[in-house]
Amino acid sequence: MTNIATTINLAYVVAAALFILGLKLLSHPSTARKGNMISALGMLVAVVVTLLDRDIISYHYIVLGVVIGGAYGAWKARSVQMTQMPEMVSLFNGFGGAASLLLGWSTVSAMTPFAINASGNFVFITVLFTLLVGGVTFSGSVIAWGKLSGKLSSKAVIFTGLRELSILHLVGMAVVGYLFVTDPANPLWLYIAIALGLSFGLWATISIGGADMPVVIALLNSYSGIAASAAGLAVGNTILIVTGLLVGASGLILTNIMCKAMNRSLMNVLLSGFSKPVEAGEAITGEIKVLSAQDSFYVLEAAQAVLVVPGYGMAVAQAQHAVRELQTLLEENGCTVDYAIHPVAGRMPGHMNVLLAEADVPYDQLHEMDDVNPRMENYDVVIVIGANDVVNPAAKEMKGSPIYGMPVIEAYRAKTVFVLKRSANAGFAGVDNPLFFKDNTRMVLGDAKETINSIIREFGDD
Amino acid sequence: METIYLLFIVLLAAMLGFELIRKVPATLHTPLMSGSNAISGVTLVGALVASGSDNNLLTTILGTAAVALASINVVGGYLVTDRMLGMFKKKDKK
Repeated sequence: MTNIATTINLAYVVAAALFILGLKLLSHPSTARKGNMISALGMLVAVVVTLLDRDIISYHYIVLGVVIGGAYGAWKARSVQMTQMPEMVSLFNGFGGAASLLLGWSTVSAMTPFAINASGNFVFITVLFTLLVGGVTFSGSVIAWGKLSGKLSSKAVIFTGLRELSILHLVGMAVVGYLFVTDPANPLWLYIAIALGLSFGLWATISIGGADMPVVIALLNSYSGIAASAAGLAVGNTILIVTGLLVGASGLILTNIMCKAMNRSLMNVLLSGFSKPVEAGEAITGEIKVLSAQDSFYVLEAAQAVLVVPGYGMAVAQAQHAVRELQTLLEENGCTVDYAIHPVAGRMPGHMNVLLAEADVPYDQLHEMDDVNPRMENYDVVIVIGANDVVNPAAKEMKGSPIYGMPVIEAYRAKTVFVLKRSANAGFAGVDNPLFFKDNTRMVLGDAKETINSIIREFGDD
Repeated sequence: METIYLLFIVLLAAMLGFELIRKVPATLHTPLMSGSNAISGVTLVGALVASGSDNNLLTTILGTAAVALASINVVGGYLVTDRMLGMFKKKDKK
């Protein structure tokens, strides 16, 4: 190896160590910000040292690309609202996939016919893998972004022949893949491989409903890393291989957590389990008891321990700041306030935590489902805001329910449950919620933000 | 032989990734994902060479487009993650 090549590779080792250290510091909120900066430093080292590469003879286009991309990225990072984080992550998954796809393509387009003949199959197999995974990631992420941002209908698009179409795609990928690897000089196979990757991502994502999007984003997050890693194998760059796989592992772990939290397998999510008709469960008996905001104030004023269970509805109503204000008033009144966050609350993993952090709720008051369930009886009042399925006792009680077996926050075991909701309809998944009919449940109907604000006003008048 | 080395790296990196990420608490999963966006922008490193080398026009175009896309992820991903993590605060002791 030449001196320059050795320097570059040594710097890559340092960069990899910084990435790993950065991720390690992400294991606690107090060190996470430092971890992110260390990771960014690792990226800086890797990028700067790569510019020493002797193959690089012109910096014009590099500067052009970095300036355009960097400016857009910086603008997006500053302007995005925290409620829009799922869309942004989804879009960035797509950019990552597309970048890897283009890099894989450029590996082949840069080769002279002589170089193509001299290269072994391994290069073309990894290029093929990059094109397919990159393509699926890009088109899938664009669809997910469209569904999350409301530009597309969030309903699952199901049509007959969807399954056959998917199988046909997989067979097509195998055939075209074989042709590409055996005859890499013919660009036709490369174009068809890209087209198949793109269209597969389209069909696979469009048939998944909005409620399952947390799983889809986590999976596409993983794919974007795997695509980067495959591109690294194709160009023989170790830092790409290592860091791409760190991202791939991260996405897979999150996907697994999401699936467990819904008691469904990944296949079931990808093949849209909820679309199947469900046999009617036992009828729910009892009646809904409605409570006014004013009366709920009297109950809260007397409460010693309150648990807040937020869902996506809280984000829609932009109620998190009002919730924070209520928390302060309750705490001044001598009451403890905790938050319980279900793994699939919101539209992406950890979404609720970020929204509450933005509203200045300290992170040590945010608890996971398994921490609060054992001490549920100790809470005088559980306030459910814009959440439904994650507190649905049908998951425990009704064998016929589509969500039977899903782990839930067992709010119904608390002394009193307030459900803040627009109306008493079923939730996003269209599943009836027996919680609304329990003896200890009171429905506080109306816009969640207005309801909380009127409770806050009662505190002020008092 | 070099292929075997690369596969070794793949295996070790994947296992390390699983061990590291498993320790990230649920409360930080959104910053973890946006941070992952930034890290997957490491494609930039490969794209720099494709964009700046003495190549044909198609390769330069593909490389430059990859540089731009990967730069969005790197810059946007790190900045938005920093912005989010700055919001996470511990309870003040009164």
